[in-house]
Amino acid sequence: MSEGTSARSELRVAAGAQAMDYLVTMPRRVVTVYLPLGVFLFVLLFPFYWMVMTALKPNEELLSHQGNPFWVHSPTLVHVKKLLFDTAYPDWLWNTVLVSVVATFLSLVASVLAAYAIERLRFRGARYVGMSIFLAYLVPPSILFIPLAAVVYRLQLFDTRLALILTYPTFLIPFCTWLLMGYLRSIPFELEECALIDGASRLQILGKIILPLAVPGLISAGIFAFTLSWNEFIYALTFISSSEVKTVPIGVITELVEGDVYHWGPLMAGALFGSLPVVLLYSLFVEYYVSGMTGAVKE
Amino acid sequence: MSAGALRRALDNRHLLGALFLIPAAAFLLLFLTYPLGLGVYLGFTDAKIGRAGAWIGLENFISIWDDEIVRLALFNTFFYTLVASVIKFALGLWLALLLNQRLPLKSVVRAVVLLPFIVPTALSAIAFWWIYDSQFSIVSWALMKLGVIDQYIEFLGEPWHARLATIAANIWRGVPFVAICLLAGLQTISPSYYEAASLDGASGWQQLRHVTLPLLAPITAVVMTFSVLFTFTDFQLIYVLTRGGPLNATHLMATLSFQRAIPGGYLGEGAAIATAMVPFLLGAIMFSYFGLQRRAWQQGGVDR
Repeated sequence: MSEGTSARSELRVAAGAQAMDYLVTMPRRVVTVYLPLGVFLFVLLFPFYWMVMTALKPNEELLSHQGNPFWVHSPTLVHVKKLLFDTAYPDWLWNTVLVSVVATFLSLVASVLAAYAIERLRFRGARYVGMSIFLAYLVPPSILFIPLAAVVYRLQLFDTRLALILTYPTFLIPFCTWLLMGYLRSIPFELEECALIDGASRLQILGKIILPLAVPGLISAGIFAFTLSWNEFIYALTFISSSEVKTVPIGVITELVEGDVYHWGPLMAGALFGSLPVVLLYSLFVEYYVSGMTGAVKE
Repeated sequence: MSAGALRRALDNRHLLGALFLIPAAAFLLLFLTYPLGLGVYLGFTDAKIGRAGAWIGLENFISIWDDEIVRLALFNTFFYTLVASVIKFALGLWLALLLNQRLPLKSVVRAVVLLPFIVPTALSAIAFWWIYDSQFSIVSWALMKLGVIDQYIEFLGEPWHARLATIAANIWRGVPFVAICLLAGLQTISPSYYEAASLDGASGWQQLRHVTLPLLAPITAVVMTFSVLFTFTDFQLIYVLTRGGPLNATHLMATLSFQRAIPGGYLGEGAAIATAMVPFLLGAIMFSYFGLQRRAWQQGGVDR
């Protein structure tokens, strides 16, 4: 390696352009790229590995200081069995699915109509409505849950799934509308103008032109909304008290811990099974998810 | 109204626009705008669970201002937000730069990196709870074997340990979000800037400082506003890991307002604590707004 190439390879370390990557030598790449990336991946993924190991370890192994804790020596499904048959876990899973799917669906319908109205119909005051939707997105659940509890109580929805189905759209609709507005902006106006000239009504345009073209945007918004509902915690914790209507995160936290006795095995199994559905969905739609997340930030 | 008139009415974009907004507006007005106002109102009352309160003016705000625990929670919230956000940005930017390199299996690596952000926080917090266990912590075990420490660390038992441990868990969850968003920003930067900079003899650090960071500034402003917002109002992680303990050392404003309002039953006081978070929230929104403005200006566009 000559002086020249090493000096030039210096230039290329920090930034993202790939045009001159061939100038960077292999040992250098190992130190500046692969090693730090490996550490990142290890730290980011270790808790998941640890969840799996803990869920599979028998109690004796969990609570022993002997042997190598990083590996499970006699794997067992006893924690999973306890979780599925001795707790209300299947109910919680079903509640979470039901609440997430319905809340996502309601939010998508409301959002696509609102986004089309704001972005395409451009009615009087559309800009201000768009701005206030963005502001609504910035209102965090942790300052809303107390008054919302009062509202839910007055509507006699306390301790029902409907309470969650109706309150989750408060953070889903602003997000989905904002995302879909950005998406609709990328569909050329000319398409609508052609259809108008051909005599199509606004409703026909929405149904036959805009919606089919907006399918990728709808998938992004839908996936994101679903995972947000699945992860929701503070509303479900506040509005729900009976075991049979709890969602997975709430059920696992409130019911699998008995006083000071932590059932680590079932806890981990519960955390694992509660995470798998979102992880599965995410892995099927990674690109949509990422474009949804970054799209919402970029617009 | 005849069918023709109805059709004409539905083609009127102002009318149709209003019609299309009804579902979203109904949800947001009933479950967001109204509760937001109600929350501020509740802060001025002595409402308890199951009992509508009477107007007591600023009494709640005066009493929380004098409350040592509220002050501690305020300090904790600022400390938690500041430390976690700075580290999340630094590590997030680093990870984004790494992911922007030419890598084998790049898309798989990128997908995997986002996992901590996908998994429900309450559930991944359980894993951290176990990792931080005072008797069976895997971190303590590994450090013992390496000879770094000679007794197990009380991760969640000591005030400062607990603060740092919860911050670490928050960073773990937040870094992927920051990294993937910044990566999206990095990918929009044309390689020709770097070619030009290196022809002018700029070093790697200089390129990072004078090319990457300025061009990334608009998206950084937005991403960090969201990150600050989510961190400042965080609830789940603290609730699962410590419930605010030990000795209220990890209570954030959100967890304290929950504790006072729901298990404690003092809705009015809880609402006052939550309302006290609003000024900071407005600050973050202003920050985001000016970040966005700068973006339009940089692209040669007109501020809308």
